[in-house]
Amino acid sequence: MTMSHSIEIQHLSVGYDEGRFKALLDISLTVPDGTACAVIGPSGCGKSTLLRVIAGLQKPTKGTVLIGGERVNPKKQKIGFVPQNYGLLPWRTVEENILLGCRIRREVEEDTMERMQLMMGQLGIRGLGDRYPKELSGGQQQRVSLARSFLLRTDVLLMDEPFSALDAITREDMQEVFLELWQKHAVTTMLVTHYVEEALYLGQKIVLMSSYPGRIYKILDNPLFGSSEKRRQPEFFAMGQTIRDLIKEMGKSA
Amino acid sequence: MKYSIFLSYLAGAAAIFVLWWILSAMVALPMIPSPVAVFVKLVDIFAKSIAVHAGFSLWRIAAGLFAAILVGFPLGMVMGYFPKADRYLAPLVYLTYPVPKIALLPIFMLMAGVGETSKIIMIFLIIVFQVVIAVRDGIHAIPEETYFPLYSLGASFRQVFQEVLWPASLPKFITAVRVAMATAISVLFFTETFGTQYGMGYFIMDAWLRVNYLEMYAGIVCLSFIGLLLFGIIDLVEHFACRWMQKG
Ligand SMILES: Nc1ncnc2c1ncn2[C@@H]1O[C@H](COP(=O)(O)OP(=O)(O)OP(=O)(O)O)[C@@H](O)[C@H]1O
Ligand SMILES: [Mg+2]
Repeated sequence: MTMSHSIEIQHLSVGYDEGRFKALLDISLTVPDGTACAVIGPSGCGKSTLLRVIAGLQKPTKGTVLIGGERVNPKKQKIGFVPQNYGLLPWRTVEENILLGCRIRREVEEDTMERMQLMMGQLGIRGLGDRYPKELSGGQQQRVSLARSFLLRTDVLLMDEPFSALDAITREDMQEVFLELWQKHAVTTMLVTHYVEEALYLGQKIVLMSSYPGRIYKILDNPLFGSSEKRRQPEFFAMGQTIRDLIKEMGKSA
Repeated sequence: MKYSIFLSYLAGAAAIFVLWWILSAMVALPMIPSPVAVFVKLVDIFAKSIAVHAGFSLWRIAAGLFAAILVGFPLGMVMGYFPKADRYLAPLVYLTYPVPKIALLPIFMLMAGVGETSKIIMIFLIIVFQVVIAVRDGIHAIPEETYFPLYSLGASFRQVFQEVLWPASLPKFITAVRVAMATAISVLFFTETFGTQYGMGYFIMDAWLRVNYLEMYAGIVCLSFIGLLLFGIIDLVEHFACRWMQKG
């Protein structure tokens, strides 16, 4: 059974304080199956809110979210959600944390352990299986969180500023590690970021959001996605500048 | 590591022993016998009489503690996880928590008799409030994002309990039991001074009335060993159940 797992957002609005505060207003967006979409926008524009609604963690005031053509239902679809702080459970070891998703979905199969070992090897965290998260560096915690997300083959993957807490060098490493894994699994992904370069490197689509109320300002198709060679090329910087200009322009018009 | 913990306990016991010994030598009254004599007495009468009393005291503490956990843990869990429940139950807890339990003892003795039940109820009441508040606060302290990766996969309540609520509340819960335990032991002592012929409280007061200071002190030493035993068990449970809390 192969199913498409696109994310379709239709006229989505979200309010707080019983609707007095509009966090998101009339968001419509389609992320096709197997596409990585980066969401970028100023602080407070509702990026985290958007991810929470897509994950079915929060009810929208208006509009719908469809995953694979069906309304979001965490029991039906497999939605991988990675919160800003990696979402590791401090009281579980690395291995238990990686297996969490499979455990919740009762999908610990014969080859699961083997696959986990393989993935831990690829991520360079083999041998850390018995440690607790606080005994790991930020980068290692991030790797554990990635292993968890990709071990359970989720239908969609939602990540809230996955690399923001890392230092610049580790962040670039992790982006590459993520991309490598992502290209193997090609899961429909939405990731929120504050960094233009990150959006350019990891987003096939880039969604620019403006704030108060949070809306979609522009959706760009990004030809520079996933090419580490182009990452140091002038066209990468030029595109980055274009996006920065758009963000500035957006700030003025608001 | 474990060896050094053992050594530190031994050093503590030795220090108390020495201080006591100096004091008894200085005072030189039967009121403060030498610790050596007391320990000889303790060894002598332990199997004959103290063991039964210690057994009764331990049973009362165990029963009260068990009941307090049975009621307090789920109640704290419900109050911590469901804000609505907290809104309705918190005032009740706050109003009843500060009531001095020992003041209610005569009422319990009237209602439940002077026997076992009223003693166990006292222990229960002392421990249960601390457990409720600790478990509730432990759950309140869980950052909201902790639940998200579970909710987004449609985790059942049982799974959320197993993966998050239980382990997150465990350290605070154990600390609460530890804090309440000291109070529980001293209140137990008090309740055992009447309405029973068994228990460390009875034994110590009885020896005192008979002006048998050696037996009285043997009882006190035994009581502090009971305390040590209980605290040791709590530490051990914490050591194995909360591995992630350990330093280093
Ligand atoms: N639980 C809440 N109650 C009330 N208002 C909220 C709540 N959560 C978020 N908001 C408001 O909604 C808006 C969007 O918040 P959100 O966290 O989604 O922004 P964000 O784009 O993720 O910001 P950042 O980049 O700083 O993480 C903000 O103005 C915020 O104050
Ligand atoms: Mg955010």
